[in-house]
Amino acid sequence: MSRDDRDASTDGAHRGGEQARAAAEAVARRSYGKLVAFLAARTRDVAAAEDALSEAFAAALADWPLSGCPANPEGWLLTVARRKVIDMYRGQRRDEHAGDELRVLGFGLEEGSAGGEVPAIPDQRLALVFACAHPAIEANIRAPLILQVVMGLDAKRIASAFLMSPAAMGKRLVRAKEKIRQAGIPFRVPEREELGERLDTVLGAIYGAFAEGWTDLAGTDGARRDLAEEAIFLCRVVTELLPGEPEALGLLALMLHAEARRRARRDSHGEYVPLAEQDFALWDTAMIAEAEAFLRRASGMGSIGRYQLEAALQSAHVHRRRAGVANWEEVVQLYDALMAVVAGSPVVAVNRALAIAELHGAGPGLAAMQEVAGDPRLTEYQPYWAARAELLARAGARGEARAAYEMAIGLERDAAVRRWLQQRQAALTDRTES
Amino acid sequence: MQYLLMLHAEEAGWERLTKEQQQQGAAAYMAYGEALKQAGVLRGSNRLRPSSAATTVRVANGKPQVVDGPYVESKEQIGGYYLIDVADLDAAISWASRCPGAGHGTVEVRPVWSM
Repeated sequence: MSRDDRDASTDGAHRGGEQARAAAEAVARRSYGKLVAFLAARTRDVAAAEDALSEAFAAALADWPLSGCPANPEGWLLTVARRKVIDMYRGQRRDEHAGDELRVLGFGLEEGSAGGEVPAIPDQRLALVFACAHPAIEANIRAPLILQVVMGLDAKRIASAFLMSPAAMGKRLVRAKEKIRQAGIPFRVPEREELGERLDTVLGAIYGAFAEGWTDLAGTDGARRDLAEEAIFLCRVVTELLPGEPEALGLLALMLHAEARRRARRDSHGEYVPLAEQDFALWDTAMIAEAEAFLRRASGMGSIGRYQLEAALQSAHVHRRRAGVANWEEVVQLYDALMAVVAGSPVVAVNRALAIAELHGAGPGLAAMQEVAGDPRLTEYQPYWAARAELLARAGARGEARAAYEMAIGLERDAAVRRWLQQRQAALTDRTES
Repeated sequence: MQYLLMLHAEEAGWERLTKEQQQQGAAAYMAYGEALKQAGVLRGSNRLRPSSAATTVRVANGKPQVVDGPYVESKEQIGGYYLIDVADLDAAISWASRCPGAGHGTVEVRPVWSM
């Protein structure tokens, strides 16, 4: 073989490797959760399903460059992964029931006959999502668990987005999966009578993932931005599989509204721009239209809820900016309705107080905020201090406003927001001196 | 549980800032310290003089060796610390992420042995 030939063949292998990787990544993005769900549904052993699947992906990367990408990559991966799971069980259990177990592990799919086609894999992702967001699973690990098991994100990225050490996050994820297996948490979509409550925890976990992604204002942190996108993607899956649930549509509308304004939240110098000053030419109009359509569809179902109300608030803010009409009365009404649904949420109370200030002035706004000021959860909640500072400044209580800004600055993570708050605080000082 | 938040940053970085940026930076640290105090978690904090002021001491074979400069020569040096008392690592990480130093450098979170 001449040197040139060798180079050409290495080149070809390299290209094949690239193609195989791209194909495997595409399947992973599209089908990871579907494959885990299918593999784990009967054994409830999520960790084993994940291990088997990652081995199958490794096998694909070794095999596909040589023999070409299979016509049905999903089916190929499932066949290999299923064999791995069976091998694992054979290794562990040598008792007489092993045969039964293995028959169960046949997963009701006929072994693909030579040249025969692989039957379509049923989509059990929703059942998997419900297992991950089961009330028996610790509340604050549900969103990370869904992101890993259903979306295939790796633990390191998830840990960083949720501000946890990778080791601690890894351990908690392992423990949660162990719990699913040991406690016999079912892989099924709950029956109608308990669906509402259970769907709440699922939507809460999705929103939790989105909120973590949303805190990255600049969109410079890839892991965080992806998290917001993953959350929207997952919520789309939920709305497709449960089309009759208005709150799922409401959450999707809410997240799309927020996401649509992402670009407008920073100016060309990377400085923070609050909603009231955003250039709405930078908003993603197609995404807003989509959000509005989902919200309309949800409200047509005649059952109002937290996410629909929050989406309606977003919609009202967008409308106000675009049409230039003050609709604060409507906004306050929406907050009143929201307060009734999520009783005792200091976060909602703070936002409602801001809306009241727009409608009736800073004094009544501060009075409304005073009602929740004693809540210990607010001590470390930056938006509370920023809102308080804003209203105190408007009311002319400059000393108190400065102190409140000081707290808000000290609690803020994002350097750009911190600078913005510092400017507000400094403007206050200047006015006092002049 | 107590944690030491160690602020590693490029030492020359501060000098490169404009006067206004320095003021803003200092004010951000002040506000951060205030928030730690208000939350009742601050146990101690200090800003360190530059590592050019450091001296390292080591005793080998009974003989003290005194060397001018920091232990590790590196562009990034410890510029200060906060000692905080919080419930767990998650809370410590949450405070570390709010530290202005996490934006322009790195904050190392180290649990303290309780005596």
